Formats: sequence, structure tokens, C-alpha cells
Amino acid sequence: MSYGQPAFDDRMSTVDFDVAERAHITVDSEVCRSCRTTDCVYACPAKLFVPTSDGGILFNYEQCFECGTCYQVCSGNGALSWTYPDGGHGVAFRKG
Amino acid sequence: MAEHAGPGTRSAVITAPPQREVDVVVVGAGPAGSAAALEVARAGHSVVLLERGPYPGAKNVYGGVVYGRVLDELVPRWWEQMPVQRWVTRRSTMIMTPTQALTVDFRTQAWGGPPYNGATAHRSDLDGWLAGLAEKEGAVVVPSTVATGLLRSAEGAVVGVRTDRPDGDLTAKVVIACDGVNSFLAKEAGMFAGKPAGHVTLGVKETLRLPREVVDERFGVTGRDGVDIEILGCTGGIPGGGFLYTNLDSVSVGVVVDPHGLAARKIRPEELVAELKRHPAVEPLVRGGELLEYSAHLIPEGGYDTMPDLVGDGFLVAGDAAAMCLAAGIWLEGVNFAIGAGMYAGRAAVDAIRAKDTSKAGLASYRRMLDESFVLGDHRKLRRVPGLVLGQRVQQDYPALLCDLAQGLFHVDNPRPKPGLFKLMRRVMKWHGIKARDLLSDALTGVRSFG
Repeated sequence: MSYGQPAFDDRMSTVDFDVAERAHITVDSEVCRSCRTTDCVYACPAKLFVPTSDGGILFNYEQCFECGTCYQVCSGNGALSWTYPDGGHGVAFRKG
Repeated sequence: MAEHAGPGTRSAVITAPPQREVDVVVVGAGPAGSAAALEVARAGHSVVLLERGPYPGAKNVYGGVVYGRVLDELVPRWWEQMPVQRWVTRRSTMIMTPTQALTVDFRTQAWGGPPYNGATAHRSDLDGWLAGLAEKEGAVVVPSTVATGLLRSAEGAVVGVRTDRPDGDLTAKVVIACDGVNSFLAKEAGMFAGKPAGHVTLGVKETLRLPREVVDERFGVTGRDGVDIEILGCTGGIPGGGFLYTNLDSVSVGVVVDPHGLAARKIRPEELVAELKRHPAVEPLVRGGELLEYSAHLIPEGGYDTMPDLVGDGFLVAGDAAAMCLAAGIWLEGVNFAIGAGMYAGRAAVDAIRAKDTSKAGLASYRRMLDESFVLGDHRKLRRVPGLVLGQRVQQDYPALLCDLAQGLFHVDNPRPKPGLFKLMRRVMKWHGIKARDLLSDALTGVRSFG
């Protein structure tokens, strides 16, 4: 590496979020336990899906880009319940 | 009752005759939505433009270049008022392997003056400007509001939207869905029935601050001139590509990839961006840039064959919601298609309202206007290109072939005599295991599409 890449937390700290109280995406970790592909872990650009030691998936909605990648790649039936955050909440890109 | 917007939302049926509170509701204040609202408001009809973000552009991301020609028809002398970072006077296509880069570089000062061609702009500025134009003409822009579902008549016609505001039902003669790549409204309306699903790529971008004079010097431009570089072969074998654009005092760099390919390669998108930034052809251009914003968005890259139906009873679909992004090798465009489609959707809605027929038949002029314009003209012509461009050979084999061919041509190897081009070509094809018949067939697909 010829110069340092920002740590992922620093990367995410460049983005503005108005976090809503309601989790607009929920994950059923029980369903995730049987998942062999875990596409979401690699594809979510905000790195919101973290594998747990017991084979499940930990998910937090607070820093979500609302892109929809996770529900597009998820192969688990009903593992993800996906909606947009309520009006005005969620990500607000300043540059885009 | 739908409380939130997402996949699988169901429409609410209105049994009493709708009150028709407004003539048109447009969902999504991106370029498509604002162009639609602008045309409706200009014609003197009432229009509400809903935006789920706190301001237009808050939820939007793109590579960074907007091609403005379509604006000639919508906003006279738009270049005097559009919030532009730089005017693109130099376009490059860079074909790379991990250690090589072959660049076709074109510049013209013709694009550096009126009526201009392409410009870099931040979406929050651009989308805010377009929504502001609609507002000035009388459109009512309502931010921080999600359209959570459609309202339908007993017969199934769309007669409005439900929102997440208290008493948030909004009835209208026509609903124009410009709700972006995930378009839950178009899905809910059944417009994707029978279409192959999930033709999306993931775009991931970094905006890096660099002093204006550093950008000027590194990219060889001055004043408001700017550069747009499209890159092939920078995604580690995952179908996709990269980009690097100049803003006034920053650059935008990123990749666009098939999201399924990331898991298959066990690599994350920001790692691909980091690799691209480390490439010897890119590193000197971006080094020292301070990260201003990291962003990502899905892109509907499937092209013509993956578009939904565009017209329903009381319902039109435009922009990313209708998969109107053109991802065809040297052409990567979207905002211009969105503006064009939104403009025609607005006009079709006005025509239908005046003729007092907002059924599918009454709104059919939308499809006609799109067919006669570049919006569907370009997409129809280039319908085979997404498959070609995202295929293994164009993604990996040809970049390596072209780089090695260039290296063979430019390499000085005396005292051995120089090899002829065809001998070199045969040798390089053999190295990379490329069959002449595949090359010919791809060339033919290319010629048929681009020719």
C-alpha cells in the first residue's frame, strides 16, 4: 500500500445519517445460520452485516445507505425484512 | 395498509370516488421526477413532488457526469444556471491489467463553451437545482416524505399514493413513479411482471479533496475544464468497471460491480476502490486526496430488455425506476435519460388530463415520445451491449490482450527485427487463450450495436 486507506469507521464517519428510532431493516439470524453464501457480508457497501461466532449474522441499521444491495443478494428466504426509513430519516449524502 | 415502503407492499383500494386533490403526484425528486413536475407545473396543472430525503439528492449517488443536451428542450440556456463543478473537455477510456494501462484519450475545446456537452456536478446541487426549477413553476415539493404504497380504484387504476405523513393519502389523476432503482411503486403496480429480476450493479464511490490547482495540474486542465475517465479491467475479475472524474477541488473515484461477484471473490467493494487507487496509472492522480464522502448506490444496468412496462392506468414510470441507465462500454449515462423520460412523462400526463382520459390508453403518448427520442432509441439499439460488456471476455481477456498488444508494439527488442501487427496479435491471442471465432463474434455484436 503506497498510502494509507481510511479505516472503515473513518470512511463511514464522512457520511451524514439522521438515525430513526425504527429499524427499517431487520435480519432473522436464525435463517442466516443456514446460509452458505453470506453474500451480504461482502456486498453491503456500509459493512452492516457481521458474521457471529455461532454462525448467525449481526446487523445494525443505523449507517445504512438504503441502496437495496442486501435484499437483492440475499438468498435466505425471509432472512431480511426490508423497507426504506421513514421520511427524512436515514442517509443524507452531501455530494452524491 | 402499507406503513413503510419496501418490497411486497400492497396497494390500498379506495372505494369512494377519489377526491382528486391534485392533478399529478410525482414520487421522487431526482432528475426524472423534477423534470416531470416541471413540465406539469409549466402547463398550469397542480403537481406535488414527493421526496423521501430531507432534500432533493439526499438519497442519490452517481458516477459524476451529467450530459446536458436534453436540457436544451427543458431549460433554455441551462448552462448559465446549472450548478456545475467542471465542464468535461477531456474523455478517456482506460483499459487496465494490474500492471498495465492502455488509455484512449480525447479532448476537445468544443465542449468547453456553450452549448457544452458533459459536466461534473454534485447530486445534492444538481437535484436541488432541478427541483427548484419545478418549484418556481408552481410544483409543491414535499421532502422528508415516503410514498409507502399506491391507492387504487376498485377497477385497479392508480388514483394516488399513501404517504407516511399523518392523513397522508394523496389522490391524483396521474401518479408518476420516479422512485429510483428499487422502485417499489413500479413493482407494486405490476409493471415488472414477466421481466427478469435483479439486473443491478453496485456503484461505490469516494469523493477525495484535492486543491483545485493540483487537480488542474494532474489532469492537464485549466479554468472550469474537467476530465472523465472510464476504466475497464479494474474489478478483479468481477463484472463491472471503474471511473475517475474531476470536480472543482476534488475527484470522484470508484467502481461499479456485480454485487454477487463480490461474495464469489470474497472481496468487499471498498477494497476494489483501494486497489484501483493503488494502480500505477491512477495513484499519481489521486494521491494525498482526503476522503470527503464515501457513498454507494445500486444502478439498473440491465438495459432495454429488463425495463418494466412504462404505462399503466393512471400510472407512469421514469428514470432509474424504469431501468433507464445506459451502461454500454464507452457510454455510461443515466441522468440525461432520466431527465428526458421525466419530461415526456410530464407532457403525457398533461395531454391525458386535458383529454380527460388518464387510462393506459390515454397516457400512451408517453411511450410514443420515448420511442421517438434518444431515451428508448439508444436503449433499443444497445440492448445487446450489457451482456457483451459484462461478459468474461470483455471484462478480463480483452483488456489483457489489448495491453499486451500495445506492449508488444511499443516494446523495442532489437537486435531482433520488429514483429508485424498480425503476428503479434496471433501471439497475444494464443497467450490469453482467445479463440478467433469468439473475438469475431464479439466484434460482430459490437459492430451491430455500436455501428
